[in-house]
Amino acid sequence: MEKALEMRNISKSFYGNQVLKNVSIDLMPGEVHGLVGENGAGKSTLMNILFGMPVIHSTGGFEGEIFVGGQKVEIDSPRKAMELGIGMVHQEFMLLPGFTITENIKLNREITKSNFVSKLLGKSLETLDFSKMRRDAKEALASIGMTVDEYLPVAGLPVGHKQFIEIAREIDKKNLKLLVLDEPTAVLSETEAEKLLDAIRFLSSKGISVLFISHRLIEVLKVSNRITILRDGAIVDQGPASSFTISEIAEKMVGRKIDMVGLPPRKTEPSDKDIIMSIRGLKVAMPGESVKDFSIDIRRGEILGIGGLAGHGKLGIANGIAGIFPASGEITLDGKPYRLNNPAYALNNGIVYLSEDRRGVGLLLNESIEMNIAATAIEAFDQFTKRFFLFKIYDTKSIRNHALEMIKELDIRCKSPTQPVRRLSGGNQQKVCLARAFTLKPRILFVSEPTRGIDVGAKKLVLDHLVKMNRDHSITIVMTSSELAELRTICDRIAIVAEGRLAAILPPNATDAEFGLAMAGELQEVKASE
Amino acid sequence: MNKLFDLLKRVDIPTLIIFVFLISLFILAAFTKVSIPSLLSDSLKRIGMNGVLVLAMVPTIRSGIGPNFGLPIGIIGGLIGALVSMQLGLVGYFGFWVSVLLAIVLCTAIGILYGWLLERVRGQEMMVGTYMGYSIVAFMSIMWLLLPFSNPDMVWAIGGRGLRYTLTLQDYFGYVLNNFLKFKVGRLEVPTGLLLFFVGACLVVYIFFKTRMGLAIDLTGQNERYAISSGVNTKRARLIAVVLSTIIGGVGIIVYAQSYGFLQLYQAPLFMTFPAVASILIGGASIRRASITNVVVGTIAFQTLLTIALPVLSQVTRGDITEVMRLIVSNGMILYALTRAPKEAN
Repeated sequence: MEKALEMRNISKSFYGNQVLKNVSIDLMPGEVHGLVGENGAGKSTLMNILFGMPVIHSTGGFEGEIFVGGQKVEIDSPRKAMELGIGMVHQEFMLLPGFTITENIKLNREITKSNFVSKLLGKSLETLDFSKMRRDAKEALASIGMTVDEYLPVAGLPVGHKQFIEIAREIDKKNLKLLVLDEPTAVLSETEAEKLLDAIRFLSSKGISVLFISHRLIEVLKVSNRITILRDGAIVDQGPASSFTISEIAEKMVGRKIDMVGLPPRKTEPSDKDIIMSIRGLKVAMPGESVKDFSIDIRRGEILGIGGLAGHGKLGIANGIAGIFPASGEITLDGKPYRLNNPAYALNNGIVYLSEDRRGVGLLLNESIEMNIAATAIEAFDQFTKRFFLFKIYDTKSIRNHALEMIKELDIRCKSPTQPVRRLSGGNQQKVCLARAFTLKPRILFVSEPTRGIDVGAKKLVLDHLVKMNRDHSITIVMTSSELAELRTICDRIAIVAEGRLAAILPPNATDAEFGLAMAGELQEVKASE
Repeated sequence: MNKLFDLLKRVDIPTLIIFVFLISLFILAAFTKVSIPSLLSDSLKRIGMNGVLVLAMVPTIRSGIGPNFGLPIGIIGGLIGALVSMQLGLVGYFGFWVSVLLAIVLCTAIGILYGWLLERVRGQEMMVGTYMGYSIVAFMSIMWLLLPFSNPDMVWAIGGRGLRYTLTLQDYFGYVLNNFLKFKVGRLEVPTGLLLFFVGACLVVYIFFKTRMGLAIDLTGQNERYAISSGVNTKRARLIAVVLSTIIGGVGIIVYAQSYGFLQLYQAPLFMTFPAVASILIGGASIRRASITNVVVGTIAFQTLLTIALPVLSQVTRGDITEVMRLIVSNGMILYALTRAPKEAN
C-alpha cells in the first residue's frame, strides 16, 4: 500500500542551532501515529515544516524530502499543504469568536450561489448558500459525535467545543488525507478527551491518517498504531504502540546524562521542620499558565526546583506569589499569613521575583545598568536616597558605587555602569537581573527560567551565582525552569507541576522515567497499577 | 571633530533641520534691514512665555500616556484662577501669585477627574485627550457667559453680563514677571523674571523626577510590568502624572497671559496645545521619552523660528507666512513623531 505521508531525513537549524537531526517519519493511510517529546524536542518545528509555515522559509528552509501519496512534494506555504490534503488543528484556537459555528467551519471555503451582481462583477460577489453550508457543518460535527447547534456563535462556547469545531473544520475539507492534531486534549476534560479519541478512531476508519501530538502518554498509547519519540531534535525510538509501556516512553523522552557537580556544603541542611513559606491551595489566573490547586512547603535555606511542561502552570506559581497575576490561596510566611496580589507587600517581606520574561518584565531596556539595579530598591525600600531641601531624591553617587560593586562581583561585561542594558548580551542582562534581586536582600528569591536564551558558558555562571547566593547569604531560592537538567544540577528537591497541580516532589537523582511520568501527571496512576 | 560628529549622530533629524533652517534665517536676516537684537529680545520673551506650557508635556510623556493633548483642561483651570484673582481686584505680584495658587488648587481637582478618565481609556489617551480639550473649551464657552463675574473690566460693556473675549491685564498683573529685574544691553531686552520663572519650573520638575514618586512615574512609562513588579502602584503614578501636567498647564497659561498682557477666553485655549506638543518634539523628545533638555531646546528652536520668520520672510516674500509656517511645523512635527512611535516600541 502507498504511504500517505513520508518525511525523509529532515534536518533544520535556526541560526546555527540544530533543532532537527535526520528525522524520518511515515504514515500509512488510516494510521494513527503518536508523536511525543519534551518541550523543545522539535515536534513543533517538524509540524511547521510539514505545514510549510513561513517561519521555516524565512530562516533558511530545511534539508530532507517530503512525499505525499508517494509523490515528492515541495510544501512552501500552508496553502500548498492544504491543497495536498494536510489539515492541522492548532494548539491555539484559530477561530473567529464573533462568527457562527457554520461560518467558522466553512471559512474561506464558503458555498456560493451566483446572483445578478456576481454575474456582472465576478465570483467574489456571489451570495453565500447558508442552507447548504449548515448541512455540511452539521454533517462534519455529527461525524465526530458533536450535537451542538451549528448556528451559534463560537464566542462563549466551552473550550472543549471549540476544539471539536476546529477538528470539524478540517474534516469538512473533502480532500483531507492527513490530519495533524497538536495537543488536542490539553484543554479537554476527561470525558471530552475520550470523545476526541473516538473521533480520531472514526477518522482512521475512514482512511484518514492522523498524526497525534500529546503530552498525555496514556492517550497516545490508547489511540496510536505506532509511536515516535523525539528528544533534542532526533528520533530516539519508533515502533508499534504495543511495544511500549508508559514508563519506557517517559524515560526515553526525558533521558539525558546529568553531570552532577559537587555542590558546596551548608552549615545546616534544610529540613521539613523549618518551613519558611507554606503554600496551600494556590490558584493563579495567569493566561496560558494557570495554577489550579498547588500546595507545597518551602524549607528555609533550600533551593527548590519547579519543573513541568509548558502550559501546566509552573510559571504561574512565582507570578502569583509575587503578586503579578491575580491569585488566591492560603500562604503563610514564617508562620504568619501572607497577603497575595500585592507586589509591594511581597517586596517588603523579602519575596523577590525574577520574571521568566526578562526583557519584558525584568529589565528597563533603555535605562542604564545602574538604574536597572537600583530602581526597585529605591521604590520599594527608599534605598539610595538623600534629602534635597523639601524633596527626597535618589543619590546618583551611592547608586554608582553600588552598581560598580555589583558589576565586579557578578562579572557583568559592560563598558560602564551607564551603558543601556539593551546593548548587553542575554547572559549579562540576566546578571543585571540577579544584581537587582540581590540588592533587594531577598529572604526567598523566586527565579523563573534564569538561563533561557543565554549561551552555555553564561548559563553555568548564572547557576553558580544562584548557588553562591544560597550558600553564602542563606537566601532560599525557588527556581522554575523548563530545563530539567538544570534543575537537577543545583536543586535540593524538584517539584513537578502537571495541570496546575503538584504532581510529585522528587529528589534530583530520581530516575528519568519518574520525571517523565510526573510531568505527564501519570506517576501516581502508574504506581498504583504496578 | 569626532566629538562634533558624535553629537550630530545623537541629534534627531527634525531637530537638525529646524536648527539649520533657523541659522539660515539668521543669515538671511543679516542681509535685510531687520534689527537682530530686537528679534532676539522678542525670542527671549516668547521662550519664557511658552516654556512652562511645553514643560507640561513632560510628566505625561514620561508616564507612558504620551503628550498631554488635553492641555486646554489645565489651561481652563489656570484661566479661572486668574479670573478670580481679577474679580477680587488683586494687582501686581500679589495678584499673580494668588492666581497661581488658585490655579494649582483648581487644576489638582480637575486633573484628578481627567486622570481618572484617561485611566479608563488606556491606549487611546492622546485621542481622548484631544477630544476632552475640545469638549471642555466648548463647555467653558457657555460658562464664561454664565459665571457670576461682575468686575466691569471683565464683562461685556453692553449688557454687563458674560466675560469678554480678551481681558486686559494692564491694571492687574500684566508683565509682572517680564519686568522683574529686567535689563537692557543695547537694544537687547532681557525679561529676567520671566526666564527665571521658566528655569525654576524646569528645576522643580527635574528634581521631582529624581524623587521616588517621580521615579515611579518614570518606571511606569518605561515598562509598566517592571514597575508593577517593583511594587509601584502604576494607576496612582499615572494619575499623579496627569495632575502634575494639568497643574503645570494651568500655571503656564498665567505666565503666558501676564507676558502677553491679555487673558484670552473662549476658543483661545485650543490653540495652545499643538504648538506645545510640537515644541517638545522638536527638542528631540518622542511620544514615549522626554527630558527637561528637550523642553528647553524645543522651546528655543520653535519660538525663535516663529519670531524671526515673520519679519525676515515678510521682506523676502509678500504677506504674513508665519501663521502658515507655525501650522506646518507644529502639525508636521506631531505627525512625524506619531509615525515614528511604532518603530520605537520595538
